[in-house]
Formats: sequence, C-alpha cells, structure tokens
Amino acid sequence: MTTGVDQDPGHPAIELAGVHKDYLSHGETVQAVRRMDLSIAQGEFFSLLGPSGCGKTTTMRMIAGFEEPTGGTVFLDGRDVTRVSPNKRDVNMVFQSYALFPHLTAYQNVAFGLERKKVDKAEIRRRAGEIMEIVSLTGMEKRAPREMSGGQQQRVALARALVNRPRALLLDEPLGALDLKLRQQMQVELKRIQREVGITFVYVTHDQGEALTMSDRIAVMEAGRIDQLGTPREIYERPATRFVAGFIGTSNLLDGTVESVSGDVAVLSYGEGERVLVPVSAATGVGDALEVSVRPEKIDLAQDAPTGAGLSVLSGVVTEVVYHGTSTNYTVKTSAGPDLVIFDQNAYSAEDLAGPGDRVYLSWSPQHSYPIGV
Amino acid sequence: MTQVLEEEETAVVAAPRRSRLTGGRALHIYTWIVIGWLTLPVLVMILFGFNDTPGRYNQTWEGFTLKWYGQVFALDELTKALVISLLVAVATAVVAGALGTGIGYALGRYRFRGSGTVNLIMFATMSSPELVMGASLLTLFVSLGVGLGAVTITIAHIMFSISFVAVVVRARVLTLDRSVEEAAADLGANAWTTFWRITFPIIMPAVMSGMLLAFALSIDDFVVSNFTAGTTTTFPLWIWGATRVGLPPQVNVMGTLIFLGGVLIAVVTSIRSRPRRPAA
Repeated sequence: MTTGVDQDPGHPAIELAGVHKDYLSHGETVQAVRRMDLSIAQGEFFSLLGPSGCGKTTTMRMIAGFEEPTGGTVFLDGRDVTRVSPNKRDVNMVFQSYALFPHLTAYQNVAFGLERKKVDKAEIRRRAGEIMEIVSLTGMEKRAPREMSGGQQQRVALARALVNRPRALLLDEPLGALDLKLRQQMQVELKRIQREVGITFVYVTHDQGEALTMSDRIAVMEAGRIDQLGTPREIYERPATRFVAGFIGTSNLLDGTVESVSGDVAVLSYGEGERVLVPVSAATGVGDALEVSVRPEKIDLAQDAPTGAGLSVLSGVVTEVVYHGTSTNYTVKTSAGPDLVIFDQNAYSAEDLAGPGDRVYLSWSPQHSYPIGV
Repeated sequence: MTQVLEEEETAVVAAPRRSRLTGGRALHIYTWIVIGWLTLPVLVMILFGFNDTPGRYNQTWEGFTLKWYGQVFALDELTKALVISLLVAVATAVVAGALGTGIGYALGRYRFRGSGTVNLIMFATMSSPELVMGASLLTLFVSLGVGLGAVTITIAHIMFSISFVAVVVRARVLTLDRSVEEAAADLGANAWTTFWRITFPIIMPAVMSGMLLAFALSIDDFVVSNFTAGTTTTFPLWIWGATRVGLPPQVNVMGTLIFLGGVLIAVVTSIRSRPRRPAA
C-alpha cells in the first residue's frame, strides 16, 4: 500500500497519531478531526482532499502549529511537535490568500524567513535568487505584491516558503483564486518545482482533478475522517466508499443481489440478458446485496446487442445527449436503478452514437465493475 | 485587487452617461455648495491674515498687506500660548497614539473577557459632553491635589483622544488578513517581531490618522483645557481672552499656518497610501 517516494528509510516526514480536534461552537462540541492516524513519507506529494468542512484545513493547521490538537500527537521527522509553536516548526505554509506582506517587495517577502534565522546577507541573496529563478520570478524582485498578477503573487508565496528548505511544505488550496488556465499551468509547475526541490508537499484541496493530477497519494476526507487513502489510480478506480465514488469524478452506482458466483466473479441479474459481472472476494455468496461502482468512460454504448460473453450488459433508453468537445455524455435510463452516465471519447465518431429516445445497449468488462465497501 | 480595477473601469465607462442625466447638474451644484459651506470660514480666516488693519480690531477689510506674516511672533503672550498648545498637542498625539493603538489592536484582533466593556467605555468617552468631562477632571485633579497646568491639560487631552485613536486602529485591524500574521509566525517570527515588522507597518496609516486626529482635537480644545489649565494659557484660551479687546491679525496668521500644516500632512498621507495600479 505504501506508494510514497520513500527515499529516507528513517522517519516519515509527518506523522499524526490519534490526532483529534474538537471545537466548541454555540455551546456544542464539533468534532473537526476524529482520531486520525496518518503517515506522510519524505519527498511525497500528499493531498488531503474533501469538501469544505471535512477537516482537511484543520488537519493542515495542526501540522503547521496554528491549531493545537485536543488529543493525539503530531510528529515532524520523528520529533513530537504537538506543543511546539508555529515559528519553531520546520514546516512552511502557502496560504490560500497568499498572505504576502503588502508593505514589502517580492524579494523582501522571500528573504523574511531566512532573516529570522539570522542567515548572513550574502547567503540570503544567493538562496533567494536561486528560489526566485526556480519559480520564474527573476526580475520581479523589487515589485510590491499589489503590482503583481495573481499568478505571480502565488509564486512569491511559494518561493517565500520554499527558500527556508522546510521539512515539509503545506499548501492550503493555493490555486483556488486563479482562473482555470492559470490553475492548470500552475498544477504542472508545482509538480515540477516539487521534483526539483525534493521537499515533502502536503496539499489541501477540494478539487479532485487537482489532487488526481499532482499527488503521489491522496487522503479523501469526510466529516473529520479519512474515507480512503491511496494513489490517485487506486482512489479513482477502486473507491472504498459511496462517498469517495461520488466525490471523485462521476460514478455510476448500481445496487443488486448476487445471483450466482463463478470463480471470483459474481453475477448480478437485472432481467432477460441483462447482467452485471463483478470481481469479488471468496467471502461473497449467492443472495448477498452488492453496491457496484462503474466509471462512465469504461462503458461502451451501442445500438446493437454486444456479442461478447464475458461482459456486463444492460439495455436502456437514452434520455440526454450532451456534447463536451473531447467527449459526448449520454444519460441512459435502465432497469438497474438510477440513470447511468456514459462518456464517449470523440476520437473516432464524428456523429453521436445515439439520440434521445433510442434504445441502446451498454457493456463493459468485469474488471471495471468495482464493489464498494467490500 | 482585480475587483477594484474592474470597479474603476466600470466607473470610467459609466461616467459620461451619468452626466447626461438631469440629476448630474443638480449634483454638480450641490457639491459646490457643500465645498463652499465647508471652506468659506477658513477662507475668511486666511483672508483677514492679510488685512492691513491699524489696531487690534480685525473685522473690516482695510487693504492687503503681508506685514502680519513678518510680525507673526511679535506678541510674546500669544507666541507662548501657541508653543504650549503645540507641545501639549504633540505629547497628546504621541501618548494617545501609543495607548490607543494598543487598545485598538487588542479590540480588533482578540475577543477577550471585558472587550465589550472596553468598547462601551470608549464610545461613552467620545460621546460624553466636554463640559461634564472638564468639570469632573477639575474635581479629580483638585481632590488629588495635583497642581493645574500644562501637565494636567495634557493628561486630560490624552484621556479624551485615546478612544478616537483606538476606534480608527480597530477598524483597520478588523480588515487585516489574519493569515498575514500567521505567515510571519510560520516563517519563524516571534510575536514581537511579527508585530513590529509586519502588523505595525501595515496598520501604520491608521495609526497616523489616529494621531493626527488626537493632535487636531488637542490643539483647538477649549472647554476641557479651560477647566484643567489653572493659570496656564493655551492658544485657544488666549484667543478667547483676547476677543474681549479685539483679535490681532497674528491669530489669523497662526490659524492659517496650522491649517496649512494640517492640509500638508493630509495630502502627503493620502498620496503615500494611494494604491498603485498592479502591473498587467
């Protein structure tokens, strides 16, 4: 399960042991983070992903030292820092609002951390110059934050944190304020910078696309708990809970009862010639209720019944066709429960595969059905 | 930042259309009436500083002269009163500035036991009648056996200006992004360094406004000074005494200079704090 870039055989960069955070809100105790155990490897790009209010920012602020846990222990590099104040922790943070010092120039912002550590002037100049080159800010040294674009301010915030060579860099929705184009560009850039400096990144976001493209591992959080922890591929292909399946990308969820099991494949039947094949563990038996997740791009849509024997097959009526440029999305009403969504890549077909009202057949391989919560 | 820019651009686009409306002309006239209303007394004061009046009466225009500017410090008593007023005002601005900034920062940044009470006391001080304040200060000083003079005036002035400084600073602190201070802590700054290197420079314009306000309140205060001055004479107290025998034009000249000083500081402050346009 460990898929991090574990270069250092010693301690993990960050470790949370039974960390808990309660808030008192209007006389009621709210559990922001519930008994969380988490270990983030050295050099890993780790994302905390979840909707607002899931506790991801609180978790990050406990690592940075801005919140004190109600219970549990925070380790940085194996050292217990639970009661250590933020200015004495060897981690740095990139704030959602960037939090640049408005009265200082870009260079002075970047130099601030090193000045606090009493690094000598020449060394500060060298390291600040180096990091500003890495984030492509050379020539901007004398600009005030208000004279810079959002993307440039973002880079200053990044450089200001990275120049201290922290044990870990914490990023709190750093791209939230940028427009889509710039955001995508910065995603690639962040990943490049992380590879270049080799520092552990902990990235807080509610944007699943962002988390999937950049992370080595993702923790999907809901209501103060980690629902699933794994690589982007694991989380996308094999969502552990209904919540994860719905939160990451689009998912088709099918409910059914196991009609027969042959080898490690269970068959859910929905009528004449309609079935869903699901790979299952030995524990699953006939009569068990299953919830199955199928990603929309895995499903083939055709006007004719598919011929392959080992496929899941459902039939239904197209209710909606939406053209998205790179793909066309079909919504199909079937007898298997809620309407299914199918993404068809527009790689070959210049025309829609079917129109609203058409009867169609949906098929996919067994390995694309994934049983949830088993 | 971008939002501000957008608003500015919208304003530029909308401006010519609005002036074509009939309301535009009325607004124009109204604006000039208000400006006239506000500046006319000041203009009269400045004008009569150039009045070539023969005696101590300076109520009718006798012709233009610059001689009062040459003889501005010719009246020793008046000069002395002005110096006392300036010293008291500067001391008030500095002390009320320091104390008020502390209170304003605490009220803007933290919620603590008694913060509501402090707020209440501040607004009570600002709204309480000066006569009441002056009379009770006099009672206080006399019953404590404190000799009245420049010191008691200064103490009194600090007392009623602190609230103004605190209110101005508090308003600024409330709009201050908390994460800026967190960022400083995150980068290794302790509370002291964070305040002096980050917070204070950012709230500096508000502190300056508060101090200017304290200075202005102090230099022309009459009521409270009258109660707490004893035999000491401040600029406003001297003028009040002099009106019975006629006001010398030097008073207008000094008034003009104080006014110009205030305008100068206001202009410099507004230029320095004007946000520059971000680079495209």
